[in-house]
Amino acid sequence: MIIRNTISAFITAWKGLALTWKHMFAAGKKRKSIDIKNDNYFAEQEGVVTVQYPKEKIPIPEVGRYQLHVEIDDCIVCDLCAKICPVDCIEIESIKATGPIGQTSDGTTKRLYPAKFDIDMAKCLYCGLCTVVCPTECITMTNQYDRSVTHISELTYKFSDMTPQDAEEKRQELAKQQAEKQAAKEAAMKAAKKKEE
Amino acid sequence: MNPYFTYILIAVALFSFTAIFALFAVYAERKVSAFIQDRLGPMETGVYGSLQTLADILKMLQKELIVPAAADKVLFVVAPVIIFVSVYMGFASLPWGPGLIPASLNLGVFYVFAIISVESVGILMAGWGSNNKYSLLGALRSVAQVVSYEIPAGIAIISAVMISQSLDLQVIATKQGILSTEGAKFLGLWDVSGVGGFLAWNVFQAPHLLLAYVIYFIASLAECNRAPFDIPEAESELVSGFHTEYTGIRFALIFLGEYSMMFLVGMFGVLLFLGGWNTPLPNIGSFTLADWTTGTGWGVFWIVAKVLLVVFVQMWLRWTLPRLRVDQLMNLCWKVLTPLAFLCMLISGVWQLLVM
Repeated sequence: MIIRNTISAFITAWKGLALTWKHMFAAGKKRKSIDIKNDNYFAEQEGVVTVQYPKEKIPIPEVGRYQLHVEIDDCIVCDLCAKICPVDCIEIESIKATGPIGQTSDGTTKRLYPAKFDIDMAKCLYCGLCTVVCPTECITMTNQYDRSVTHISELTYKFSDMTPQDAEEKRQELAKQQAEKQAAKEAAMKAAKKKEE
Repeated sequence: MNPYFTYILIAVALFSFTAIFALFAVYAERKVSAFIQDRLGPMETGVYGSLQTLADILKMLQKELIVPAAADKVLFVVAPVIIFVSVYMGFASLPWGPGLIPASLNLGVFYVFAIISVESVGILMAGWGSNNKYSLLGALRSVAQVVSYEIPAGIAIISAVMISQSLDLQVIATKQGILSTEGAKFLGLWDVSGVGGFLAWNVFQAPHLLLAYVIYFIASLAECNRAPFDIPEAESELVSGFHTEYTGIRFALIFLGEYSMMFLVGMFGVLLFLGGWNTPLPNIGSFTLADWTTGTGWGVFWIVAKVLLVVFVQMWLRWTLPRLRVDQLMNLCWKVLTPLAFLCMLISGVWQLLVM
């Protein structure tokens, strides 16, 4: 009993030692990064797995979905992305324009100014719903994954290209236009009343 | 030269050796473990991370020394010193080469064996003094383990001593090579005192000592609290056992003691069983390899090389085998190793009477 146990202990220990020995001397090799679709994906058992980031990086797909990006020129400020976001990490403030202010690259007319377009990447859960609902496909996920920051506020990406002065100007323009419209309306109503009398 | 000056010089030399060895061994341990696990280990500090342990020790020297409020202050502070000093004192009577021994004691084996047991007192002090449940559990396990494994280790050592007929480590080492004056017999049959080399080592002079060496090696792993017998530190259960509460230079001392202990037990085993500072190369006809590679410098080279090999095996085992449970540990000690060690001692006695 004891003898059999001892023998099996030595045999199993030897097996383990042989395995670790093999790995120790395969440490000069490096594992190649191969596609997961490859049939030999799991055949590679030896070699160092460490990737010495940031000195070396593993290849990532071009269509990787790591960080949100907004092409603000293509945005029509429809607010759909902010509405669908499950964690409310997108914050949008829009200002109505006095008229059409141009077209997006797919030909949609823009009628709103994006005064604020903030995405809090610290909250984002990378579900990608916003990219699905976007009618102009201006909000996309990119293959950028390394965005280390030193302060948490830097994780709020600000995509709006408008300065506060710009926004204020547009607001005043809108107010002026609305006031004019209101005045015109009142004038029209007055005129109509006069006609009745 | 003033003898006191020599004493201090030798002590400083031994201390520097243990410190440098610990630095090297920690780096080696990290690299060996990394390669075994298909990693790279430290790579950033210096070329291939070679300055990593130096950076670590510099960091530790600068750290605050924290004594927990509830700790037994005296025990807590003294424990690391006792742990390290007991290991360090063991080096005093180990020979490094022909005629090169810090303190030539005629009871060298007994002295080394006694002084390294003091380490367990230090560990118990550390565990008790920390006033922490993990530390205390670790210390209790460590002491139970060290005390138990000293029995097979001691009996395995005795069986080697019975073959060598001396407790003086220098005499034991000399008897295992071409410098032997009393002759050495390979397997007890062929007088190889002129041939030397590995043929004259104790394990080949009396083959049952190979078994004794395996017993001693297993027990020595347990005595240094190394895997697969590292239940006193068992990081998955006990944080890190008896040195959980230690910081800074005190932690460094415990670590230094641990790695010096690896070298010490390795060297002790090499001296008793694997030829000590004798060359492994035998004289073959006119190629007197053993004569060429024997001398004080060669002695230091051979013993360091052999011990580093043993230390490497200790590391290799650590990163291969899983930790034993407490009951398995005691089973192995009392039911397997101790009877086998007694068998070895018996064979040694018979061997001494009939063969030599």
